[in-house]
Amino acid sequence: MQDALTDERAPILKGRHLLGVADLTIEEITALLDLAEHYVAVNRRRKKRLSILEGRTQINLFFEPSTRTQSSFELAGKRLGADVLNMAVKVSSITKGETLIDTAVTLNAMGPDLLVVRHQHSGAVALLAQKVSCAVINAGDGRHEHPTQALLDALTIRRHKGRFENLIVAICGDILHSRVARSNILLLQKLGAHVRLVAPSTLLPPDAERLCPDVHTDMRQGLKGADVVMMLRLQKERMNGAFIPSTREYYRFFGLDADKLAVAKEDAIVMHPGPMNRGVEIASRIADGPRSVIREQVEMGVAVRMAVLDALARNENVGQGEGGEAR
Amino acid sequence: MSASMHLPVDPARRAFINARLVDPASGYEGPGGVLIENGLIRAAGPEVTADAVGDAALVDCRGLILLPGLIDMRVFTGEPGYEHRETLRTASLAAAAGGVTSMIVMPDTDPVIDDAALVDFILRRARDTAIVRVAPMAAITRGLKGETMSEIGLLREAGAVALTDGRRGVASARVLRRAMAYARDFDMLICQHVEDADLAAGGVMHEGELAARLGLPGIPPQAEVIMLERDIRLVELTGARYHAMQISCAESVEVIRRAKARGLPVSCGVSINHLLLNEHDIGAWRTFFKLSPPLRSEADRQALVAGLADGTIDVIVSSHDPQGADSKRLPFAEAAFGAIGLQTLLSAALSLYHAGAISLLRLSEVTSRAPARLLGIEGGTLAAGALADFVLVDPEASWRVTPESLLSSAKNTPFEDRVFEGRVVRTVVAGRTVFSLDSVENGQTAFS
Repeated sequence: MQDALTDERAPILKGRHLLGVADLTIEEITALLDLAEHYVAVNRRRKKRLSILEGRTQINLFFEPSTRTQSSFELAGKRLGADVLNMAVKVSSITKGETLIDTAVTLNAMGPDLLVVRHQHSGAVALLAQKVSCAVINAGDGRHEHPTQALLDALTIRRHKGRFENLIVAICGDILHSRVARSNILLLQKLGAHVRLVAPSTLLPPDAERLCPDVHTDMRQGLKGADVVMMLRLQKERMNGAFIPSTREYYRFFGLDADKLAVAKEDAIVMHPGPMNRGVEIASRIADGPRSVIREQVEMGVAVRMAVLDALARNENVGQGEGGEAR
Repeated sequence: MSASMHLPVDPARRAFINARLVDPASGYEGPGGVLIENGLIRAAGPEVTADAVGDAALVDCRGLILLPGLIDMRVFTGEPGYEHRETLRTASLAAAAGGVTSMIVMPDTDPVIDDAALVDFILRRARDTAIVRVAPMAAITRGLKGETMSEIGLLREAGAVALTDGRRGVASARVLRRAMAYARDFDMLICQHVEDADLAAGGVMHEGELAARLGLPGIPPQAEVIMLERDIRLVELTGARYHAMQISCAESVEVIRRAKARGLPVSCGVSINHLLLNEHDIGAWRTFFKLSPPLRSEADRQALVAGLADGTIDVIVSSHDPQGADSKRLPFAEAAFGAIGLQTLLSAALSLYHAGAISLLRLSEVTSRAPARLLGIEGGTLAAGALADFVLVDPEASWRVTPESLLSSAKNTPFEDRVFEGRVVRTVVAGRTVFSLDSVENGQTAFS
């Protein structure tokens, strides 16, 4: 099975880009997770570097600063042998509409093979994808999607639970502003999990029930019997009075502590996309406790991103037929 | 309900017999008695007679009306911060004398009640100094500034029974929308002072011919209606339970009526002042009649009375707001808004009954059961197991309101020299008699 998977000519993804979970089929998701599983093993070896993307150029274009995701993509690209260039774009100094297209055209002229993009506005990555001739990976666009995060979360869940069907996954916290939540809702529902949303009404999108019919504003009810508790990060600017009254009130009613976790299943795992606000959305004892798989999520992140880079590069192999990689 | 509303209990087994019971919870109005023990009602009804209560001590009510103690949903005291105007204790003395067994106090104090520790402070001070039950409403927004929501969940846990920005309305639709959405998760009632401060700015009385003649800047009824209509849109959006604290004009009654017909979780109150008085009572710039919202036209007053009778208006409040000479003995435009009213609330409301405007059951409903239901607290019923909080009233006894007769430390009543027909004879809280007219007339102090 792994041979077929790791065969660089075998296509995994139909689309040219990875812009969101919404576009993926169950088969594609499963194949990506299987391939990522293979890279988990690779990453645990002493010698991690492969040559699958040798001679390829990967540009990480981050309009919004992110240490974690960017270094995860950088490491993933380098382990596959690609030349990786990080570009941080300061938005403040330039007019927005122009910048994105201009940047795309400029970058395209440099001839990258893979473009990893994060942008603060929903839909910006899709817009940019229309203007370039390489594969684009959405590393987070506004409140819209963050597909590699959802994939790495799914991989982590699969490794612990072995399945998705009928798992109760409680996604808790700032769902309104979270692209992680949106991608996870879509992905986990596709895979057959029962997703619950848990948040105060002020942090739920309007018509949240349309995204996910099982919505709770009381955390204990929302966590009851859960197999997976997925906490979301609360952004600083939402903390004081605008969406919630205060961090201490948030912690009291929506922070994951031993008390609230007690109503979940005994073997429930605790997840967080990071970076965490300890004592706001999660207690340190839980974050560092035996049920936490938060560090494992980071490890899975690199493997999943390797799988995604690999998969998209394969499509370019087929499509272009030029250069040294064509066989 | 919050445990902190508990007061010292009189454990004695006692029967109040030969009364005319008025129980809005059961709808019973007729002869009967009430048997109490350990601060709770054991039994109430026509079967509670001298022969049926065994060894209980007997109180012969001699045909007086016995109804559930009043719950006044809008009471300002000066504690903490303005104790020279009124303390929880003096307000509670006035309340007991007026048949009010639970005071819901407003967060407009110094400091503002926007923190769980301050809710706790009010409850402790009340426990130690007041003779009736006290529960605070907490601020919707921090410091009553209308900008960021207060810690609604923690305030509720501390014992706040509802949320309000007191004398102010939350002006920002965005802020109110979020507070409503959040409050709904905690099933907290949002109580709004419905007045668009921007439109009302500078106004001191009802805008109309009289204001023009007196040369005073007016507040149009639209200042109220605009905010009320906007808020109802936000109720549609959020599903929050919403209560307009005091409405003052005919159009507001219509707006509430329509909202209720659409099934929205909307309720409203009216102050006793607006039911009995109109703009003409201001006369020659009498500042005791300067109220917020302002006293309006006679047509508005009549519409309010009709709305009260037909169920559109849910609650009567006193809007007790103690002000001293420092804030009232001033030119009308400079004087503070507000009037006291705890002690006169029931007598004044009885004048609506005497006038044939409302039944005794309805009167009791809007002064006890409806506020209890809206706030989720006990009270407003004579059912077995309920709190032994009730009032004995002589509906025929008349009395003249004088500054000397008022127990509040402030004397800014709009009913000075008015003769009311209907007087509180005895007030019982948790089985204890906290006010007795006999004792007052014999020159004794009735309260601990």
